[in-house]
Amino acid sequence: MRRILFLVEKEFKQILRNRVLLRMMLITPILQLILLSYAANFEVKDLQITIVDSDHSTYSRRLVSKFSHIENFHISTYEPSYKQASLQLLKNSSDIVLVIPPHFERDLYRNNRAEVQLMVNAIDGSKAGIASGYAASIIRDFNAEILTENFPAPPLQNGQVMIANQYWYNPQLEYKTFMVPGILFELLLLIGGLIASLNIVREKEVGTMEQLNVTPIKKYQFIIGKLTPFVIIGLVQFTAGLLVGVFLFGIPLEGSILLMYMFALLFLLLCVGLGLFISNISQTMQQAMFAAFFCLVLFILLSGLFASTENMPLWAQYLNYLNPLKYIIEVGRNVMLKGSSFYEVQSQFFALSLLTVLILSLAMWRYRKTV
Amino acid sequence: MEKVVIADKLTKKFGNFIATNEITFAVDKGEIFGFLGANGAGKTTAMRMLCGLLKPSSGDAKVAGFDVYTQTEKIKERIGYMSQKFSLYEDLTVRENIKFYGGIYGLRLPAIKSKTEYILEKLSLGEVADTLVASLPLGWKQRLAFSIAMLHEPPVVFLDEPTGGVDPITRRQFWDMLYEAASNGTTIFITTHYMDEAEYCNRVSIMVDGRIQALDTPRRLREQYGVESMDGVFQILARGTSTK
Repeated sequence: MRRILFLVEKEFKQILRNRVLLRMMLITPILQLILLSYAANFEVKDLQITIVDSDHSTYSRRLVSKFSHIENFHISTYEPSYKQASLQLLKNSSDIVLVIPPHFERDLYRNNRAEVQLMVNAIDGSKAGIASGYAASIIRDFNAEILTENFPAPPLQNGQVMIANQYWYNPQLEYKTFMVPGILFELLLLIGGLIASLNIVREKEVGTMEQLNVTPIKKYQFIIGKLTPFVIIGLVQFTAGLLVGVFLFGIPLEGSILLMYMFALLFLLLCVGLGLFISNISQTMQQAMFAAFFCLVLFILLSGLFASTENMPLWAQYLNYLNPLKYIIEVGRNVMLKGSSFYEVQSQFFALSLLTVLILSLAMWRYRKTV
Repeated sequence: MEKVVIADKLTKKFGNFIATNEITFAVDKGEIFGFLGANGAGKTTAMRMLCGLLKPSSGDAKVAGFDVYTQTEKIKERIGYMSQKFSLYEDLTVRENIKFYGGIYGLRLPAIKSKTEYILEKLSLGEVADTLVASLPLGWKQRLAFSIAMLHEPPVVFLDEPTGGVDPITRRQFWDMLYEAASNGTTIFITTHYMDEAEYCNRVSIMVDGRIQALDTPRRLREQYGVESMDGVFQILARGTSTK
């Protein structure tokens, strides 16, 4: 026990003395929290639209003017033909093309129906989906308008279903509210997984590890003494992040704060376990950095921090059973936004506990006091 | 005489490569035992096996009475170790390094305190006690590293090229410390590339390609090979040439 305290004391002295790293550990997370939750935003704004109006009629101009009055759309050019408009898509100067065919107005009068065409640049699939959705709703609006003009009896009374949306847990559809609980935990992965592993590998590189290995320090003493400081720093960072989230961003904290900390602690144990394991299999800081980044990027991309995990292919969803970040982000969102109690997040708790035990035992088994 | 380090046909193989090939020797209590050999002759491998850092492939060895296969942790309580890679924490002060290693070796706080005062005074480091080790001259660091390896008063201390890169005067001061420790009964097991240091040892073994080719006092080795200095002995054995 005393050995552990000596080790913890030494680690803290070294960490506190490393001003640059200390500042990075405390400032970058906050910075990342602010940047990611403001900048990594999937709201689609300022869509460039190209118009091909081959009809030049009153109705076609009315349809076009509806687009020009919507904030999200900006009419970039008018093109005379379909062909030239598709060049705009190719050049990337337009996101969407609206083609109004000749006889649009005539068809409307004569047949009570007419067609328009939308061409959408779908390289960014989710943006394309949202853009065509917006465009379709504008056209629907236009449709309803001309219907009421031509048929005096309001069509709404003909037994149509009206939808009234009400968004729960994030009523303003604030992107920040969605991001912050996830980022809070993602940051702990940096401290535990990356910084802790680099710290241990550094001792290997400078040779002090060999010196420690010829002392009678026990494996468990080394592991506890070495990892405790990072768990504590992680908790400090978590607190800072939580304060920024709640007071600066106004993210609700509906659930129990104790529950949040319990999960933060559990997740940190998992992170430092991962860090220890990475340091075991790496001989140099470069190797450790690479291994840690590989895990980090994989975890983050699959975690559902940015994109919903339920829309991922099945194999990715199976892979995600091993992704601790997926569980903890679910916990963060449910506890902070919905106010879930332990009962509602117990499956995540058991999954995380299992992963923690797994990675910690793997790391302890792999750690050797021999060369 | 009490034997503190005993090796009997101690062997380490890495795949097909035999780093240490059936080496056999015994070191007395209070002896300064020089472990010589060209780079890659197997010195460091042998020393690592004796310190419990590396499992031998075959053969036997005992250090301070404990077996290198099964009792490595017992050995680690009873040896000091100073490696060629400088092993103090550069971002801790002199005092903090002493405290940390004292704590790791299980010393109580009062003992750490008195040891600290003793070391600071003996090495005249009082003025730089609270200076980061990184800013000390190499020779001071080496003497401090040795003192720290001796903190828990081990019966035997292993030194792996402890004096690399310092001038002869500083080396001489370092050896004064070794003599003092040996006269107090500490066994010193040292590898070196400096032939003047080989002359200072009580006995010297010379390793060539994983085997011990010669083992005796420096004087008798000189006589046996008919040369003026240990350097001559080393040239004949390690390089197969004579400078005579």
